[in-house]
Amino acid sequence: MNNNLVVLPIVIPLLAGAVMIFLREYRRLQRVTGILATGAAAAVAGRLVDLVAREGIQTLQVGGWPAPYGITLVADMLSALLVFTAQIVALACLLYTFDSIGEEHESHYIYPLMQFLLCGVNGSFLTGDIFNLFVFFEVTLIASYVLLALGGMRVQLRESLKYVLINMVASTLFVIAIGYLYGVTGALNMAHLSERVAAAGQGGLLTVVSLLFLIVFGIKAALFLYVWLPDSYSAPPPAVAAIFAALLTKVGIYAIMRTFTLIFYHEPRITHTVMLAMGALTMIFGAMGAVAYWSIRKILAYNVIVSVGFIVFAVGVASRDSLSGALYYLLHDMVAKALIFILGGAIISIAGTDRLREINGLIRYRPMLGWLFFVAALALAGIPPLSGFVGKAMILGSGIESGHVLLAAVGLLSSLLVLYSVMKVFMQSFWGETLLSEDEAHATGKGALLPGSILAALVIGLGLGADWVLAYVDIAAETMVNPVQYIDAVLAAP
Amino acid sequence: MEAFIIVIAGILVTIGVYMLLSKQLLRIILGTALLTHAAHLTLMAVGGLKKGAPPLLDEAATKYTDPIPQALILTSIVISFALTAFVLVLGYRAYVRIRFEDMQQLKGYEDE
Repeated sequence: MNNNLVVLPIVIPLLAGAVMIFLREYRRLQRVTGILATGAAAAVAGRLVDLVAREGIQTLQVGGWPAPYGITLVADMLSALLVFTAQIVALACLLYTFDSIGEEHESHYIYPLMQFLLCGVNGSFLTGDIFNLFVFFEVTLIASYVLLALGGMRVQLRESLKYVLINMVASTLFVIAIGYLYGVTGALNMAHLSERVAAAGQGGLLTVVSLLFLIVFGIKAALFLYVWLPDSYSAPPPAVAAIFAALLTKVGIYAIMRTFTLIFYHEPRITHTVMLAMGALTMIFGAMGAVAYWSIRKILAYNVIVSVGFIVFAVGVASRDSLSGALYYLLHDMVAKALIFILGGAIISIAGTDRLREINGLIRYRPMLGWLFFVAALALAGIPPLSGFVGKAMILGSGIESGHVLLAAVGLLSSLLVLYSVMKVFMQSFWGETLLSEDEAHATGKGALLPGSILAALVIGLGLGADWVLAYVDIAAETMVNPVQYIDAVLAAP
Repeated sequence: MEAFIIVIAGILVTIGVYMLLSKQLLRIILGTALLTHAAHLTLMAVGGLKKGAPPLLDEAATKYTDPIPQALILTSIVISFALTAFVLVLGYRAYVRIRFEDMQQLKGYEDE
C-alpha cells in the first residue's frame, strides 16, 4: 500500500521547526506552533496505527522509485505504535517545558530543536533503509547535542563534550558497519538486505557485521556500553532530560529490535546469546547504580539503563510472546520514564537541589505531586494494575518458558531494586519533617502537574486497557516473527 | 588495490584510536577526524574498486564505478564536518568557561 501519510510524521516537525526559527522573538507563537505541530503529528500517527491494523503495512516509495533502488518509508505496527507514543510523550514534555525552561532558553531556539529531535526520532522509526537510519540517527543526535549544551553551564559543557565525542565514535562505527554490510550484500534497503542475507545464509562474516551493529546500537541505547549515560542525562534542564529519557535510548532499542528480527535472525545461538548476556549485565549494573546514589538525577538515569537491559533481554529470547512483551514494555517505558523525569524535575526545582538527604516532607504542601510520583514509582517497578506489569509478566513468562530461568531471576531482582530506588526518592523527599517552608521553595512545581496527570492517566490506562493495547502489539509481534510480511509489503509495493 | 586501501584505513584507525585516548581535547577531536577518514576509505574500498569511468552518463563508457558508496560518503562527510565544527566550538566554550588543561580535569562531582 503506497500511502503519503507515512511521510507526514517526519515532515510536520521538520517544517514546524524551520518556521519556528523565524519566530525567535515571539515565544508564545513558538509554543502554539509546537503544540499544533506535535498534535498534528500525533493525529497522523494515530491514523497510521489504525490503517496498519485494518489494511496491513503502509509503505511509501519516496520519489516514486521502486523498492530496492529508492528510499522506502515503512510503517508497520512496530513503527506506527512507537511514533504515536513518541508524539504523545513529546506533547507532555512540551507542556512541562513551557513552565520550567525559562525565557533565556525559549529565545534561543529550544522549541525548534525539540521539533528537529522529533523529526529525527520519527524518521528513525519509519525508515526502511539502513543508511537513511544512520542519517536520521544523526538528525536526532545533533539536535540532542545542542539541547544538552544549551544554557552553557559548566556541568552542561563538560558532559556534552563527553556525550558528543562518544557519539561521534559510535556514528563512525555505524558508517563502517554499513560499509561492510554493503560490501557483503550490495544492498541498503532493509527488506532487500533481509532477502539477500537469507539467500546467502548468515555466515561468519555477516555474523561479525551483525555484532558490530549490536555494538553501535548498544552505545546509542545504553545497552551495557552505558557509561556515558548517567552523567549526560544529569546535566540538562529537567524538561530536556525528560524528553531524552523518553525518546533517545528508545531509538537505539528500536534499531536493535528491527535489525535482529528483520535482517540478522539466522544465527540466534551467537547474536542472541550475546544480546542476552549484555541485557543481563545491563540490568545488574543499572540496578546497582540506581541503588547506590543519593541524587535524584542519577537514580532516575540509572533507571533508564535498567529498562534497556530488560527490553533487550526480551528481544534476545526472541519468541513471539517475548517480542510482544518487549514492545509493550517499550511503550510503557517511554511514558513512564517521561513521567518520572518530569516529576523528579519538579522536585528538584522546588527544593533547589537534587541531593535526597536535603529534601524532606514535600507531601505537606505538594500532595498531588507526591501521589503522582507514587503512581509513577509503582508503574516503573511493575505493580499489577499499572502499565509496567503486563509487559514484565509477558517477558518473564516467555523467558522462563524458553529456559532462561537465571536471567528471569535477574530481571525480577532488578525490578525489586528499581522499586527500592524510586521508593527511596519518594520516602526521602515526600515523607518526614518539612524542612523547607512554603515560601522558601525555589519554584512552585505546579507546571509539572498537568503533564504529570496526563502521563499518569496514560500509565493507568495502559495497565487497565492492556487487552485493547495488546491487540495492536500482537500485530507488531506477528510481523517481527514473520519478516516475510515486511519484505512483501516493501518489495511488492507498486 | 582494496587490500592496500584497507591497510591504509587500518593505520588511520590505529592513529585515531591512539589520539582519542590522549589527554588533550584537540588531539581527541583530531582523532575523531582521522577515524571518519578511515570510515570513508573503508566505505569506498568494500564496495570494490573496479576500474571504470566516473559515474557520469555522457562519458559514453561501457563500465562505470559504483556510484552508491560515493553518495554515502558524500553524505557522511557533510555530517562529520558539521559535528567537527560543533565539537570544536563546544571545546572552545568549555575551555573558556572551565579553563581545563587536560581531560582529567573534566571529572564531575564537585558542587555545581
